[in-house]
Amino acid sequence: MKFLRDRKVRDVLWQVAASLLMIALIVFFVRNASQNMVKAGIASGFRFLWRDSGIEVPFNITGYKPSDTILALLWTGVANTLLVSAASIVLATVIGFGVGLLRLSHNWLLSTLAGCYVEFVRNIPLLFFVLFWYFGVLAALPAPRESYSLFDLVFLNRRGLSIPTPGVLHDFGWAALMTGLLVALQAIVARWARRRQARTGRDFPTWPVGFLLCGALPILAFIAAGTQTPWDVPTLRGFNYRGGFILVPEFVALFAALSTYTAGFIAEAVRGGVLSVRQGQIDAARALGLGQGRIIRLVVIPQAMPVIIPPLTSQYLNILKNSSFGAAIAYPEIVAIFMGSALVATGQAIEIIAITLAIYLVLSVAVSIFMNWYNARHRLVTR
Amino acid sequence: MSPQRPVPGKAGAWVAALRQRLFATPLDAALTLVCLYLVWHFSVPLLRWLLLDAHWQGTSRDDCKGGGACWVFIRMRFGQFMYGQYPAAERWRVDLTGALLVLTGAALAWRGLPRRRAVTMAAVFILPPLGIWILAGGWGLRPVETRDWGGLMLTLFITVYAGLISVPFGILLALGRRSRLPLIRFASVVFIEFWRGVPIIAVIFLASLLLPLIMPTGVDIDRLARAVIGLAFVIAAYMAEAVRGGLQALPDGQIEAAEALGLGYWRIARFIVLPQALRIALPAMTNEFIALFKNTTLVLIVSIFDLLGIAQAALADPAWVGMNMEAYTFAGAIYWFVSFGLSQWGRWREKRLRLAHGR
Repeated sequence: MKFLRDRKVRDVLWQVAASLLMIALIVFFVRNASQNMVKAGIASGFRFLWRDSGIEVPFNITGYKPSDTILALLWTGVANTLLVSAASIVLATVIGFGVGLLRLSHNWLLSTLAGCYVEFVRNIPLLFFVLFWYFGVLAALPAPRESYSLFDLVFLNRRGLSIPTPGVLHDFGWAALMTGLLVALQAIVARWARRRQARTGRDFPTWPVGFLLCGALPILAFIAAGTQTPWDVPTLRGFNYRGGFILVPEFVALFAALSTYTAGFIAEAVRGGVLSVRQGQIDAARALGLGQGRIIRLVVIPQAMPVIIPPLTSQYLNILKNSSFGAAIAYPEIVAIFMGSALVATGQAIEIIAITLAIYLVLSVAVSIFMNWYNARHRLVTR
Repeated sequence: MSPQRPVPGKAGAWVAALRQRLFATPLDAALTLVCLYLVWHFSVPLLRWLLLDAHWQGTSRDDCKGGGACWVFIRMRFGQFMYGQYPAAERWRVDLTGALLVLTGAALAWRGLPRRRAVTMAAVFILPPLGIWILAGGWGLRPVETRDWGGLMLTLFITVYAGLISVPFGILLALGRRSRLPLIRFASVVFIEFWRGVPIIAVIFLASLLLPLIMPTGVDIDRLARAVIGLAFVIAAYMAEAVRGGLQALPDGQIEAAEALGLGYWRIARFIVLPQALRIALPAMTNEFIALFKNTTLVLIVSIFDLLGIAQAALADPAWVGMNMEAYTFAGAIYWFVSFGLSQWGRWREKRLRLAHGR
């Protein structure tokens, strides 16, 4: 038995034993599953994806009808998941950065209020907020006749949020094209300015010009396009608003809950990132005569961002995964309509679960690859 | 450049402090006033609703006339919020289990505990099955089906048992991820990243659908057990990442020194690596535990009624229509206090750890 004392031999033996155990478990489970499925008369394979679904989806942006295939139903679920995730990511980032920076304010009241917000939101389950918004807030909204309205364009009532939609997208296409050109122009200007500064030391107001090129002009272009386009404005007809687009209460509740909840975590990430920049760096920048704006832009942000981005990424991934909380209030996202309705309709549990999990894994990997790429681009070059 | 501070102890110092912290610049002053107004504007009606105008006495909805909160509703349904449909005559069993849990926790937290090893062993190996027996019954106790469990008791049950599974499992996964053996490392990484990449709701669905399917015929896994197992797998993956943080913080010299002394892998793990790594990882593990506590609410999706589920179900009671805010406030407050308490405890541990390391 002397060879058992050899480390290499033992390593191999351990791994062989572990893999045998895993294979045995998998074989055991698969055998049971196939036996149980035969007994219950459940079909297998992925052919069901092309069958007619017959499932109603009250809220969809893909033009899905119950007579479409289950594959189309799946796509509708994916679209709804992405829609609510993207909207929540934007709002959560805005609130999160705002609250995180307010927490660092010198004003005691502001920082305390921001701290209260963070502690309030982080210590209560997300599902609580989802249910609270849906059954507590939105259910208490007035009926369509007494809607809250904003300039008679946007209406909020218990049937959801009615927003106007552009009749034709043609002019917006031009505005978007112009924005793209302006962004490209800004990239060229920034590059030129950097080179010139490196060569001659002369400064160029890249940021104000950037705000003009990438902010003000595109907004003007979109406003111009908006005035040229006939709008489909929601109007009260009968018991509800017709025309425009109705964001159902499920969407509004999930969106509100996801973004306010995740904002608390993003705020902590932002605060941690800014605090990680050492005071000496700021003092040194001030000693060099830089103004407050430049200190923030050239010293604080470049050093804080690499610290903020990894936790920010995981919060974005959390939003994506947590959009499945919509299943609790019947917002038609992947888990609700595919893992729920389609599974009940077809009974093919294994295939449907596998597809659902695969979609989430692919989406997660996609987000983390993008954020890693972004992080690598913005990483500090240390010497 | 740090802002000037007033001389401490001098008369009027607090006025100066107030001015500096709230009214340093005109913009600051304006912001402070706006915030004060908003706080006043929202907190006064809230306070009136919560306490001043609230109704406490009575037995039915008719005792709540007027604007305030109807705490009568909570009082009348308090038993349900705590125990779900657990039979009233048997509720002492839940209390007993809770008392055992608290006593063991307190004993383990006491530093001068005699026979610590034996108590720990008992707490880990005897208490969990004992708790299940007391709660579920059988062998002399009246059986209570898990579908009758509910409320805060169920929330705590799921948290504790999913935690009991996920901590050792997570530690093994973390060790596996740092293992020298490529196959073990690969399997651990795949397991961890898989469960971290999928939503917990989907996992609870999956557990309730797949577990009965992959078991041999005749083996029936309880509905609640399925949810606990599903949750435990996901939390184990997150726990593993928390433990890995502790493992990575450990200097290599520790392991090298232990190897030089001739210790084998498991002994190094048990006596050298884990005691240090777990202490470092404790704050991160506490955070995962809080996440677990909050995520127990998701069992609602497979019709198991934890605290939030009971609150939600209570809204459907025709005798108590329109008590949404009261139910949510009560449930939310419990979640908040437990999570906040846990996180403060974690912070305190972290601070003590830092002091112990002289940092």
